[in-house]
Amino acid sequence: MEYFLELFLGGLTRGSIYALIALGYTMVYGIIQLINFAHGEIYMIGAFTALIVANVLTLNGMQGIAVLVIAAVAALVWSSAYGYTVEKIAYKPLRDAPRLSPLISAIGMSIFLQNYVLLAQTSDFVSFPSLIPDFAFMDPVAHIMSSAELVIVATTVVVMILLNLLIKYTRMGKAMRATAQDKTMAVLSGVNVNRVISTTFVIGSALAAVGGVLIASHIGQINFFIGFIAGIKAFTAAVLGGIGSIPGAALGGLVLGLTESFATGYVSSDYEDVFAFVLLVLILIFRPAGILGRSTTQKV
Amino acid sequence: MKNKNPIVQSLLISLWFVFLTFPVMVIRVNTVEDVVEWRWWNMLWVAVGAFLLSFLWRYLLARKARGPRAGSMPIAQRIAGNRKLLVPFLAGLAAFVVVFPLLFSAYQVNIMITALIYVVLGLGLNIVVGLAGLLDLGYVAFYAVGAYSYALLNHHFGLGFWLAIPVGMAMGALFGILLGIPVLRLRGDYLAIVTLGFGEIIRLVLENWNAFSFGPSGIANIPRPGLFGIELSLHQATIYLYYLMIALVLFTVFVVNRLQNSRLGRSWLALKEDDIACQAMGIDRMKTKLAAFALGATWAGMVGVIFAAKTTFINPASFTLWESIIILSIVVFGGMGSITGVILGALVLILLPEYLRAFSEYRMILFGATMVLMMVFRPQGLIANVRRRYEYHGPDEEPQAERA
Repeated sequence: MEYFLELFLGGLTRGSIYALIALGYTMVYGIIQLINFAHGEIYMIGAFTALIVANVLTLNGMQGIAVLVIAAVAALVWSSAYGYTVEKIAYKPLRDAPRLSPLISAIGMSIFLQNYVLLAQTSDFVSFPSLIPDFAFMDPVAHIMSSAELVIVATTVVVMILLNLLIKYTRMGKAMRATAQDKTMAVLSGVNVNRVISTTFVIGSALAAVGGVLIASHIGQINFFIGFIAGIKAFTAAVLGGIGSIPGAALGGLVLGLTESFATGYVSSDYEDVFAFVLLVLILIFRPAGILGRSTTQKV
Repeated sequence: MKNKNPIVQSLLISLWFVFLTFPVMVIRVNTVEDVVEWRWWNMLWVAVGAFLLSFLWRYLLARKARGPRAGSMPIAQRIAGNRKLLVPFLAGLAAFVVVFPLLFSAYQVNIMITALIYVVLGLGLNIVVGLAGLLDLGYVAFYAVGAYSYALLNHHFGLGFWLAIPVGMAMGALFGILLGIPVLRLRGDYLAIVTLGFGEIIRLVLENWNAFSFGPSGIANIPRPGLFGIELSLHQATIYLYYLMIALVLFTVFVVNRLQNSRLGRSWLALKEDDIACQAMGIDRMKTKLAAFALGATWAGMVGVIFAAKTTFINPASFTLWESIIILSIVVFGGMGSITGVILGALVLILLPEYLRAFSEYRMILFGATMVLMMVFRPQGLIANVRRRYEYHGPDEEPQAERA
C-alpha cells in the first residue's frame, strides 16, 4: 500500500510538471494550430537560467528562500523573452505559409536552441542546487512525499487556477478565446491578433519556466537535452487531454504522469519512455481528439 | 515598433538580444571550482552580430515580399532547359563519378559512400514528404528495420547481402504498412508526432530487448557485400560498394522520376494540395497515402541493409531521432519534391561538415538555423521543384506540354 501511495504521489508530481509544460503547447496550438516544437527548449532554458542565477547568488553568499525566488523570477523573465523572440523569428513570418513550413521551422528552432545552450554552456549534466527547503511539518510523511513534491503539486494547482481566471475573466483572456475560435473574425472585431499570439507565447513560456525550475530542483541535475524528452511527453499530455483545451492539458498531464509512474513501478523501468510513446500512439489512433477534446471536422 | 528609423530599430534589436542571451552566453558557473566565469566578449559578439543580422533579415524579408524578379531563371533550370549545356554537364559529371574512387583515397571514397547513402535516404523520404506531403519524423525507424533485418538474419541464419536486400525492402514495406494503416488517418502535424513516437519506440525496443537485438552493444561482424564469391580486399570492397551505391542512386532517381509523373504521383500531388477535392475526384486517399508511406519505408529498409554491410557493425545509437531530422533537413534544404535538389542537399549537408572538421561542433546549430532560415526565406529549397504545367493555346495551335 505504501509502495502504491509512493508511486501515486510520484506520478502526481511528474504529472504536474507535464501539465505545466503541456499548457504552453495546448495554448499555442489552440490559437495558431502549430505544434511548437521549441517549447521543450524554452523549459530547458528556464531551468538553465535558474541554475545560473542561483549559482551566482550562492557564490556571492546569498542563501535561503531569496535565492529560490530570484532564480525563479529570472527563469520566468528569460523564458518568456525567449518564447516571444522565437515566435517573432520562426513563426510570425510563416503565418500564411503551408502548415508544414512552421512545423519544420519549429523543429529547426528546437535544434538551434539545444545546441546554443550546448555550445554556450556545457554538454555535461550539471547539478542543480535543491532550492526548495525541507519543511518541518512534512517530516512524518517524508518517506512517501518530499517537501519538493508538495511544492510542485501545490504550485501547479495554484498556477492552473490563476490561468483559468486569466482566460475566463480578463480582456486578454477573452481576446485569446476569440482568436482561438476564429482568427479572421477576431481581427474584424478589433482584436490585435499579433499581440494575442505574442502574449500566448509569453504565458506558455512562463509556465514552462515554472515547470523547469521546479523539476530541476527536484531531480537535481539538468543538461541541454532535457527539453526534448520533456517536450515530447508534455505534448503527449496535451494530446491526451485534448489539444487546445486547458483543463485537458492538466488532466492529460496527470494521466500520463500516473501511467508512467505505475508502469515503471510495477512493470519495468527499462521501458520508461516507451510507455509514454505507446500511450501517445494509441491515443492518436483511437481518440485523436483526446479525452476532453471535441472532434472537429476539418473544412477546406 | 513605432520608430521607423532602421538604425534605431537595429540598435533596439541588438539590445534585446544582448539582454536575451545574457545569462546563457555571458555567465558560466564552474561548479567544480565554484567560480563564475564572466565572458563579456560574447556580449559584444552578440550585440554586433544581432545589429548586422537585423539589417540582413530586413533586406531578405523585403526581397521576399517583392517576389521573384521577372525573367530571372535559376541556374539549375537554365542548365536543365538547354541541351547544349545539359549534355556536356551530365557527361562531365558521369566521368567524374566513374573515376572518383580511382583518384581519391579509400577514406574519401568512404565519405562519399556515406553521402550517397543519405542521397538515397533523402530521395526515399522525398517520396513521403516532398511528393505526398506527409511529414514523417520517424523515417529512421524503417532504416533501422532494414539494418537489423540483415544483421540478425545474417547472425542467426547466415543470410547473404544480396538476399538480405529484398528481405530488408520487404520488412521496411511491412513496417510502413503496419504503421501507416492506423496512422495515416491523422492530419499533418499529428502524423509527424506519431511517426516520431514510433521511431523512438523502435529505437528504445532495440536498446532494451537484449535477447532479441543484443541491446546497446549492437551486432558486429556483419559481412560486406559479396561479388560472386570473389574475395575482396578492404580497399576493393569499398570501391565495389561505391559503384553499388552509384547504381542504386541511379535506380532510385529513375524510379522517383517515373513515379512523379505517374498516375500515383499525380494523385500524391493532388492529395497534398487538397484532400477533399481529391476524394471528390475519386482518388482513394488511404491507399494513395499508404503507397507513399510504404514506398518510402521500402527504400529506407533497403538502404538500411547497405548501411549495415558498409559499417559491418550496428547498434541502436545509429538510429536516433537526429538521423531522421538530418534526413528531413536534406529534403527541406534541397527542395521538397525536387530530385536534383535532394541530391544536392544530401551532398552539401553530409560532405560539408566532413570537410569542415573545424566547424563540426557547430554542425547541429547550423542545421537548426538553416532549417528555420530556409522556411522563412526560401521555403522551396535550394532547387525548387519544377512542376509540369499544361497550357491551353486555343484551338488553332497545337496543344503542347511544356515545363514552366
